[in-house]
Amino acid sequence: MQLPCGTFSTTYEFDKAIIKTRAHWIVLALAITLAFAFPTFSHPYLIHVVNFVFISIIAALGLNILSGCAGQISIGHSAFMAVGGYTSAVITYTLGASFWLALPCAIVAAGLVGLIFGLPSLRLKGFYLLLSTLAAQFIIVYIVAHLDITGGLAGIDVPYAQLGNIVFNTDKSFYYIILVVLILATFCARNLVRSKVGRAFIAVRDNDLVAEVMGVSLFRYKLLAFFIGCCYAGAAGSLWAHWHGYVCPEQFSLMMSVWLLGYIIIGGMGTTVGPFLGTILVLGLTEGLSTLVTGLGTTYPHLLDIIAPLKDLIFGIMLALFLILEPRGLAHRWYMMKSWYSLFPFSY
Amino acid sequence: MAAGKTDEAMLRVEELSLRFGGVQAVLSLSFEVRQGEILALIGPNGAGKTCVLNCINGFYRPQKGNIYFEGQDITSFPPHKIAEQSIGRTFQNIQLYSGMSVLDNLMAGRHNHMKENILTAMIHFGWVHQEEVKHRKQVEDIIDFLEIEAERYKPVGMLPYGTRKKVDLGRALALEPKLLLLDEPMAGMNVEEKEDIARYILDIVEEREGTVLLVEHDMGVVMDIADRVIALDFGELIGEGSPAEIKANPSVIEAYLGKVE
Ligand SMILES: Nc1ncnc2c1ncn2[C@@H]1O[C@H](COP(=O)(O)OP(=O)(O)OP(=O)(O)O)[C@@H](O)[C@H]1O
Ligand SMILES: [Mg+2]
Repeated sequence: MQLPCGTFSTTYEFDKAIIKTRAHWIVLALAITLAFAFPTFSHPYLIHVVNFVFISIIAALGLNILSGCAGQISIGHSAFMAVGGYTSAVITYTLGASFWLALPCAIVAAGLVGLIFGLPSLRLKGFYLLLSTLAAQFIIVYIVAHLDITGGLAGIDVPYAQLGNIVFNTDKSFYYIILVVLILATFCARNLVRSKVGRAFIAVRDNDLVAEVMGVSLFRYKLLAFFIGCCYAGAAGSLWAHWHGYVCPEQFSLMMSVWLLGYIIIGGMGTTVGPFLGTILVLGLTEGLSTLVTGLGTTYPHLLDIIAPLKDLIFGIMLALFLILEPRGLAHRWYMMKSWYSLFPFSY
Repeated sequence: MAAGKTDEAMLRVEELSLRFGGVQAVLSLSFEVRQGEILALIGPNGAGKTCVLNCINGFYRPQKGNIYFEGQDITSFPPHKIAEQSIGRTFQNIQLYSGMSVLDNLMAGRHNHMKENILTAMIHFGWVHQEEVKHRKQVEDIIDFLEIEAERYKPVGMLPYGTRKKVDLGRALALEPKLLLLDEPMAGMNVEEKEDIARYILDIVEEREGTVLLVEHDMGVVMDIADRVIALDFGELIGEGSPAEIKANPSVIEAYLGKVE
């Protein structure tokens, strides 16, 4: 365990704490303050991008619990976002309830659907499980595209969230809701991995047969991983729906699931910081580049046609590079940087 | 405070038979492990020793026979239910959680004793915090006992073989097993390391009130620490008794050295 120079663990309480020194607290407080102040000084387009990044991180945190910690690789994660998004949409639009009720319902609904699609994991592993989650992707999106209550292919409008007479109908106002959910989601995810449940997930990932001999019920913990992972997707989906103001089947594509998996691979599977690093790096680069290309598009209009394929191309290249050069992801680099900092100024 | 050896059977295996296609791994095997003893299970390579442990563990489902633990028939229990009965296990080819540190491997071993659930784990304040610290103390005891303090935070993958064997033992101890199944805990170790492990096993029985079923090839160690020995060959019981009796048993000698023409 790396601690800053001059700091030593003297109690187990201290040893297990995530934040150990006053400097850590200050950095955390600054970061949160900055995050809350961000919309006041930022360019509106940047807020739009950050909203997208944050929602993606929430979904990626869930996928990281499911695939990174518990080792149940899923390539259907965006379908569970769809479950969350549509649940939220139906509850607010059709039933007229408020967003504040719809969000928890969306979380639970996505978790429960996740349980159903997690059942194959009791029999299947690795590649075969991956295919069964691919089935989830197509089945769920097919269902929402063909039901009347979900508005078919056209989708449905989703009312904006409201609190008193504040309506969260802009990127700037909705940013705060996303931020609060993101902070809570991160807090829960970080605590989870240092608890009994998190250790059981990792045990199942690293050696499922032995985990069972040590008392971990595979049935319970695999399903629990699906439930929790999909709850996160549900939260992300619900936010997504209320941010855009509508949902339609196209929003929850297979490609999105692939990207989510890419974020956690590039960020570092099984670490809480991984989904942050991966999502920010990938979306930062692709969105930055597409902004650049859009800018050039005023002079060279034909460039606008290549934005979408360009994003996929960059994503693909990054994924390939990371898998080859740093399969442990950015998180590994991050930890190395932290251990360098903790030896500072006496590095040798 | 030694529990003392009694004649009471803690584990009773009756007429156990296991086959894989054409291979009869275990055939009509009956034996019992008594409270507070070290029972050694010996036999040449491929005799079926690991298979016996795997049946007790619930890894393998025997075609015939029953296994009773403290009077309860556990033959058809799934492995995690058997762990709940406090039966711990180490593995012949070390099987650690490769992505965790030594500390987390041992903490993971305390799974059955921890009362956290998913909600409390996520919120983590107060109660869970104390719970984690309480179990951490117990794990630290085991770390002390096995003398692996310096390796605590290291990822298990980086450790030398002998230390990983110790961690495997530590994780089994974290379960607070009434019955400990050890599958060749000293294989591949040097004399000094073997002596350490032998001492731990004796301490486990004397100070931690454990009962041990020990699979071991090193006859010297078996003779030194076992209370009783059972010998297997081709899945069948060929001898049972005190270490001295086993040493003098002609079928055991034959199984190990081959038939004298
Ligand atoms: N999963 C399996 N499938 C098929 N055959 C198996 C399986 N497990 C064990 N066997 C066979 O059962 C027999 C007994 O194996 P076991 O591993 O129990 O031997 P052992 O006494 O532990 O030997 P060693 O001293 O080499 O560890 C061997 O012939 C082995 O090939
Ligand atoms: Mg064996």
